[in-house]
Amino acid sequence: MNLTLKIWRQKDTSSKGQMVDYKVTEISEHMSFLEMMDVLNEQLVNSGEEPVAFDHDCREGICGMCSMYINGEAHGPDRGITTCQLHMRMFNDGDTITIEPFRAAAFPVIKDLVVDRTSFDRIQHAGGYISVNTSGNTQDANAIPISKHAADEAMDAATCIGCGACVATCKNSSAMLFVGAKVSQYALLPQGQVEAADRVQNMVAQMDLEGFGNCTNTGACEVECPKGISLDNIARMNRELMKASI
Amino acid sequence: MALDSKVPQGPIKDKWTDYKNHIDLVNPANKRNIDVIVVGTGLAGGSACATLAELGYNVKAFAYQDSPRRAHSIAAQGGINAAKNYQGDGDSTYRLFYDTVKGGDYRSREANVYRLAEVSANIIDQCVAQGVPFARDYGGLLDNRSFGGVLVSRTFYAKGQTGQQLLLGAYSAMNRQIARGKIEMFNRHEMLDVVIVDGKARGIIARNLITGEIERHSAHAVVIGSGGYGNVYFLSTNAMGSNATAAWKIHKKGAYFANPCYTQIHPTCIPRSGDYQSKLTLMSESLRNDGRIWVPKNMEDVLAIREGKKKPTDLSEDERDYYLERRYPAFGNLVPRDVASRAAKERCDAGYGVNATGEAVYLDFASAITRYGTEQAKIQNITNPSDAKIYELGQKIVEAKYGNLFQMYEKIVDQNPYETPMMIYPAVHYTMGGVWVDYNLMTTIPGCYCIGEANFSDHGANRLGASALMQGLADGYFVLPYTIGDYLADDIRTGKISTDLPEFEAAEKEVTDRIDFFINNNGTKSVDYFHKKLGKVMWDKVGMSRNETGLKEAMAEIKAIREEFWKDVKVPGSKDEMNPELEKAGRVADFLELGELFAKDALMRAESCGGHFREESAEEDGPQKGEAKRDDENFAYVAAWEYKGEPADAVLHKEELEFNDIELKQRSYK
Amino acid sequence: MGGFFKSSIGRKVAMALSAFFLMFFLIMHLSVNLLSLFSEDAFNTASHFMGTNPVVQFALQPVLIIGVVFHFVMGFILELKNRKAQGVSYAKNNGAANSTWMSRNMIYSGIAILAFILLHFIDFWIPEINTKYVLGDMSGMHDGSLRYYHELVEKFHNPLRVGAYVVAFIFLGLHLAHGFTSAFQSMGSTAGRKKALQNFGKIYSIAIPLGFIVIALFHHLFNNH
Repeated sequence: MNLTLKIWRQKDTSSKGQMVDYKVTEISEHMSFLEMMDVLNEQLVNSGEEPVAFDHDCREGICGMCSMYINGEAHGPDRGITTCQLHMRMFNDGDTITIEPFRAAAFPVIKDLVVDRTSFDRIQHAGGYISVNTSGNTQDANAIPISKHAADEAMDAATCIGCGACVATCKNSSAMLFVGAKVSQYALLPQGQVEAADRVQNMVAQMDLEGFGNCTNTGACEVECPKGISLDNIARMNRELMKASI
Repeated sequence: MALDSKVPQGPIKDKWTDYKNHIDLVNPANKRNIDVIVVGTGLAGGSACATLAELGYNVKAFAYQDSPRRAHSIAAQGGINAAKNYQGDGDSTYRLFYDTVKGGDYRSREANVYRLAEVSANIIDQCVAQGVPFARDYGGLLDNRSFGGVLVSRTFYAKGQTGQQLLLGAYSAMNRQIARGKIEMFNRHEMLDVVIVDGKARGIIARNLITGEIERHSAHAVVIGSGGYGNVYFLSTNAMGSNATAAWKIHKKGAYFANPCYTQIHPTCIPRSGDYQSKLTLMSESLRNDGRIWVPKNMEDVLAIREGKKKPTDLSEDERDYYLERRYPAFGNLVPRDVASRAAKERCDAGYGVNATGEAVYLDFASAITRYGTEQAKIQNITNPSDAKIYELGQKIVEAKYGNLFQMYEKIVDQNPYETPMMIYPAVHYTMGGVWVDYNLMTTIPGCYCIGEANFSDHGANRLGASALMQGLADGYFVLPYTIGDYLADDIRTGKISTDLPEFEAAEKEVTDRIDFFINNNGTKSVDYFHKKLGKVMWDKVGMSRNETGLKEAMAEIKAIREEFWKDVKVPGSKDEMNPELEKAGRVADFLELGELFAKDALMRAESCGGHFREESAEEDGPQKGEAKRDDENFAYVAAWEYKGEPADAVLHKEELEFNDIELKQRSYK
Repeated sequence: MGGFFKSSIGRKVAMALSAFFLMFFLIMHLSVNLLSLFSEDAFNTASHFMGTNPVVQFALQPVLIIGVVFHFVMGFILELKNRKAQGVSYAKNNGAANSTWMSRNMIYSGIAILAFILLHFIDFWIPEINTKYVLGDMSGMHDGSLRYYHELVEKFHNPLRVGAYVVAFIFLGLHLAHGFTSAFQSMGSTAGRKKALQNFGKIYSIAIPLGFIVIALFHHLFNNH
């Protein structure tokens, strides 16, 4: 198929960017979206232009590196996937596809479609861990039984890949689904209980400091999340913070 | 230089304990004055960073990704082995050790593997304490599954995302140290050279991938945990950015590179669909528990299927060739990875591949669905169930077991695997070879260590499922932090290493010159053009099955591609900005050297072992006819290569492998 | 605890708390007004009680006013913060793909409700306060009978006003359609995500505005003498 691409080009963080139109031809419907971008870039390199910079790595939907806003949706129009798992069969011959970087004040653009998501890391530094030394001299792994239900729920929260689609898609650029998932994972496990109160307070404080917006419960994040992280995690975080503050 | 593996004396089960009791330690106050650089933040690098920082060293960590959490360890699906014997099925440290050495086709270092098995149990304790949500049973205790090549259930898992959860555990431990200021994290930085001062590794030259700035970083020791080199094939299950640059740079500065030809080709991956393909996707090995692998018996059916005139489901049972069941009646579809991969290649080479590219075989769940369906009908007391009912019941069971994998397959291939068999083909997955290290995990450069997939030590010629995660974390959490102390104990009076030393100057110049070359070369072909060309030679001639003629051709062809690359590569953009093409150019330049050494190593090793199959070394008669033939008399050694300029000139150093605690046997799956 | 209400989550909890209070108030207000459909006397008695009872007047009324003002001011503050958090906006954004119109436009339905409240204050509250506390007439009497019912009917004479009321209540419905369950979520309860409460929320967000609309239309159509 033949496509018109409208892509955000921006030289670096301090430059002004703009949308630029490109044409690609003979795109196979079996290609992944990123392979289509590879075709475009190969074309640009061969014609002496600078290729479009975009983040990507594992290309199997788990590293969380890819981050495009395609036709008005984070990771494009399909559900439960990252951009690398989006296939061209979702589009039709002759389509115009708009491709923008994830937008949020806390995710400044580095170049073209590449954004800086280290604000997520800093939130994790503030408390996204259990304070246990890696000596290996902890108690036996089976010393504390954990109900299957709690373990499964913690796992569901822990599947977050930190891609930032929740922030990108949120009209408020709120990071609460991401932070809620991390807070929940630890809140659900006995190992995480000891420092639960400090953790949620510190992580929320850092989240606010980074300039993420406030959740208004539109639920868009849950729909666009490639891993289907539940809004329940935000409710749990709210609860945890109330508990910690009272 | 003679290779000294520094394996401690004494019985194998006491070696590690004795060793730990006798090494030099660094007092906590002095650790504050010692810097350690860690390159790579996957399971090995990330866990090493966390533990070293906890011990009190100042750690500088480098990752090319935007966060340590994105390292490719995250993509590991199946699980992690540990000799916990929670299932009471007779597992033990010795058994894990034995299985790993045997699985590696007796080409790994016994003492290292034993130590790995010994610390494996600690990993699970550690990870649970960190909040890793491993799967549990209804009693609240940890669940285990069984994996290929072993007779016990010792694999711990977190759904199909074990690697992700373990990496996030290591990442959380890192976060705690980053918050304390003990780890300084350099995201989006790529190491481009190691700096050697007075014969010791004392720092690195790195490029800031955002600004393009070339930076000097000094330390008292350098640890490389940058993963494997599977991307030398262009197409692999590795991440797009996975590269061998850090490992190759230290090789060029004096670290020997061991057994480069040992590569694991995983049998169950989604086949290539066209030339645009950028990477291959792995489907968990667990699928072979219930899927039957086949191709059509008759060539007419193959052609009819390729042309779309027939569907695989149109073929009756006797028109199908279940070749694994035919060739290996004892193990059937559950033969080890290397055997399954070669068998698929054999059928496709004979022309029986079932897709347009001729490189695909079927993985069929129809019999499993019927079997489970019939079983369910009995359980639910349904008399005379219709075929449709049986199918419906069976599909539910298969969905519960493999639903997420089936869904992933359908997203990529756009075919419903419940209705039509999956298509699979082998793909490059893991590299057992790597930088040579001694028992301390130190390379042949003093003060330069190598851990995880980047080193060569624990998996021999073939890696068993769920062992990569175990090795990465064992190296990083529990081995390196001890062994490095023994070396750093001599450095407590050294003081800060200056980055103004002439050695830093020289290394930086080398790096800058190379970058300038790429930017100014103004060639006509993109980096990917060369990478794909290299990949094709590697796959065709240094792939699943190798022979002398092919390997010699490969060496010559790779050399030619390399020469063309240096003449004609085109890198757009500038060096002072984010420039992904420039990053790729540097990595492919290194792959073009590594690839040739890889072929040279494969040529030298005129035996078949594990993932390395030499056509000349196959059983000629008897029940094992056509199977791999190992040559313990002539090749029971580690091939460690010393860099001498051109890869073809590399000098071989042998570390003889001694097996005192295990008897060498042939692997048989007939 | 002070820090709590400065945090993003604290603020949304505060929004939810004020919302719960306002939603309860709506039920009260509607209940009283519904009496006007059935009995002039009952409505007058209830209105007089509400208008003169010191607890209602000097405790509940200020709390209500503070609640309304707080909900609006905080709503605007959060909206401004959220816009700032967004930075550059998208050239193409397909919000409908993943969220409801109501949830994305609370600020606009909110502004419509604010405009209505101003009108409502001018219509009822200011004259009421003027009569009672400026002129000092606490009797509630006009022409020998309680004046409330009469005043109510009078107001719904003008079709333009009735039209404005109807539009405003539609916006109130849209606001409640998201706000009802959203408030539960903000309070850390997943109840708002359960089918039962969602259905109740739907009924509530339709019934309350519909009730007010019916009252306005009833008096406009059938009670204009």
